[in-house]
Amino acid sequence: MVELTLPKNSQITKGKTWPKPQGAKKVTEFKVYRWNPDDGKNPSIDTYYVDRENCGPMVLDGLIYIKNHIDPTLTFRRSCREGVCGSCAMNIGGTNTLACTKGMDEVLVKEVVNIYPLPHMEVVKDLVPDLTRFYAQHASIEPWLQTDTAAPEKEWRQSKEDRERLDGLYECILCACCSTSCPSYWWNGDRYLGPAALLQANRWLKDSRDERTGARLDNLEDPFRLYRCHTIMNCAQACPKSLNPAKAIAEIKKMMVERQI
Amino acid sequence: MADSPPRIMRPTSPHLQIYRPLITMMMSIVHRITGCALYFGTAILVWWLLAAAASPSAYATFSTVAGSWIGRLILLGYTWALLHHALGGMRHFIWDMLHGFGPKERVLLAKLTLGGSITLTIVVWAIGLAIKS
Repeated sequence: MVELTLPKNSQITKGKTWPKPQGAKKVTEFKVYRWNPDDGKNPSIDTYYVDRENCGPMVLDGLIYIKNHIDPTLTFRRSCREGVCGSCAMNIGGTNTLACTKGMDEVLVKEVVNIYPLPHMEVVKDLVPDLTRFYAQHASIEPWLQTDTAAPEKEWRQSKEDRERLDGLYECILCACCSTSCPSYWWNGDRYLGPAALLQANRWLKDSRDERTGARLDNLEDPFRLYRCHTIMNCAQACPKSLNPAKAIAEIKKMMVERQI
Repeated sequence: MADSPPRIMRPTSPHLQIYRPLITMMMSIVHRITGCALYFGTAILVWWLLAAAASPSAYATFSTVAGSWIGRLILLGYTWALLHHALGGMRHFIWDMLHGFGPKERVLLAKLTLGGSITLTIVVWAIGLAIKS
């Protein structure tokens, strides 16, 4: 349901400003969303100053600097630090992206790096959103090869051309940047599958080896699951892997029409 | 399970409040708003036709209201909403044909829709006012 404002327990209050690192010549200001499940308070924005001469160039480097040198309670997910695992997805400078592949200087708004958790999600702590539903939606499109014919002795063969049809789809790292950038997903995330799950649905619809195309389309033919996409395009703008979920969804919609005629 | 702790009331992370507006996103919202506005515009159209069918005095009442500055302003808004929504529909039609999804194309389409609707509104009113005078 459309709710333009935040509920009472989610409204953001003024937080703490942490002291600048001593002796730092060049600092960058970070404003970071904080919420602690244990203190019963509302979320707040804390201000930190990152010493750029003792820190790498990426936003994730800045967050790690804060955690190591200023405030060890700051909580966020990270792992690969090279845009492969999708753990450090968050809202940086007003857009969803990966902290590890975004340079601090690319996202400055009035000289400040603003960081929030992925939008319109339940917050576990600080920058960590609850992705349970997001993963359940991915599971609901049954992201594995499904066949009726007997399995071949070796592998399922695929021509080079058929394999190429999966380009732009298989690269998804399920970071949730796209789904949580989508206003339709914000308002109807309980019934609309969202761009990430639908891009994966298209990946299996496009697979020449898969034999359940009809059943997969039946599963998506629903006013909410698929058709809540209104081509707003925030997903395509947000994707840190430069994929295009909006187009993938349009392709599914086209398949829906084509199988009727 | 009696000892299980109560579920924590987790906050919802901010969304509209913090997301940087993108032109494609704004055009989607404007498409919705103009769509809603057209319902009221259609009511004006119905009033006009009913007044014309009813009596000269009913038509005179409509003309007075529509000809007032506020009436004209509403008609100007209706003209733009209609043209904008129609061009927005064309944009969606192009997408349905799987074109115009690229980063540059989608921004260009959004700008063309806005520019086109404003230009066409000016043209329609210029012709209308020229015929009237």
